[in-house]
Amino acid sequence: MKVNKLVLTFSSLPENITISRMLVSALGSQLDLPINELEELKVAVSEAVSNSIIHGYKNNPEAFVTLELEATPEKITIQVIDTGCGIPDVKQAMQASYSTDPERMGLGFIFMQSFMDELRVESEVNRGTKVIMTKYLKNLQPSH
Amino acid sequence: MSKIDLQLAHRSVVKNMKKRIERQTLHVYLEGELDLHNADKVKETIDIEIDKKGIKNIVLHMDDLTFIDSSGLGVLLGRYKKLLPLGGQLKIANVPPHIYKIMELSGLPKIIEFL
Repeated sequence: MKVNKLVLTFSSLPENITISRMLVSALGSQLDLPINELEELKVAVSEAVSNSIIHGYKNNPEAFVTLELEATPEKITIQVIDTGCGIPDVKQAMQASYSTDPERMGLGFIFMQSFMDELRVESEVNRGTKVIMTKYLKNLQPSH
Repeated sequence: MSKIDLQLAHRSVVKNMKKRIERQTLHVYLEGELDLHNADKVKETIDIEIDKKGIKNIVLHMDDLTFIDSSGLGVLLGRYKKLLPLGGQLKIANVPPHIYKIMELSGLPKIIEFL
């Protein structure tokens, strides 16, 4: 089975969120994902990387975020990894409107859950967080 | 991804943000991507108009917006909350379908008027 892996490590800077989205979108395009699903992948990766920058690293631009992508004929797996402060209670953090900032909607994990087929969050306080998201590729060929 | 997509993705929503005031309503034209990278700038640009010019009614035109995530939606919700006690209103116009889908999931259309 053909496996295509891409790894990108970048400074924890908001301008790199666009680059993460473009990479995911380019990979998805190669796999002929429909446009609406590409848009969903872009939102999911945007939320995960934003979380690492804002919450994991508290906007410290000297830290690094790693984006790992893996594509097989069946699925795309996206991992967003930081070595930041970690999440004390992952279950609580994944609930809607967890954010206390009135300018933020607390919808990051909700979007990731809605737009991906699987979402797993591994986190350890003071060690970091790894978000693992999977999208299964539907068979785009007509069945006849 | 087409060349046009790449160009649009690179375009900063802030750099290209056009504004005009008509009958005491501020019209803001958002272009490109609205995410964490430019959320603060968009917020500041709009808030200056509210705080310094006494603008109470705002229409955000989204014809050329290509992307929004929860950081971008937070800016919209924040402006709505800021205008509410002033007796003002925030309206959103011409949202592309793929962006409306994300807004719908956030529940924003239940509180903000879409034109």
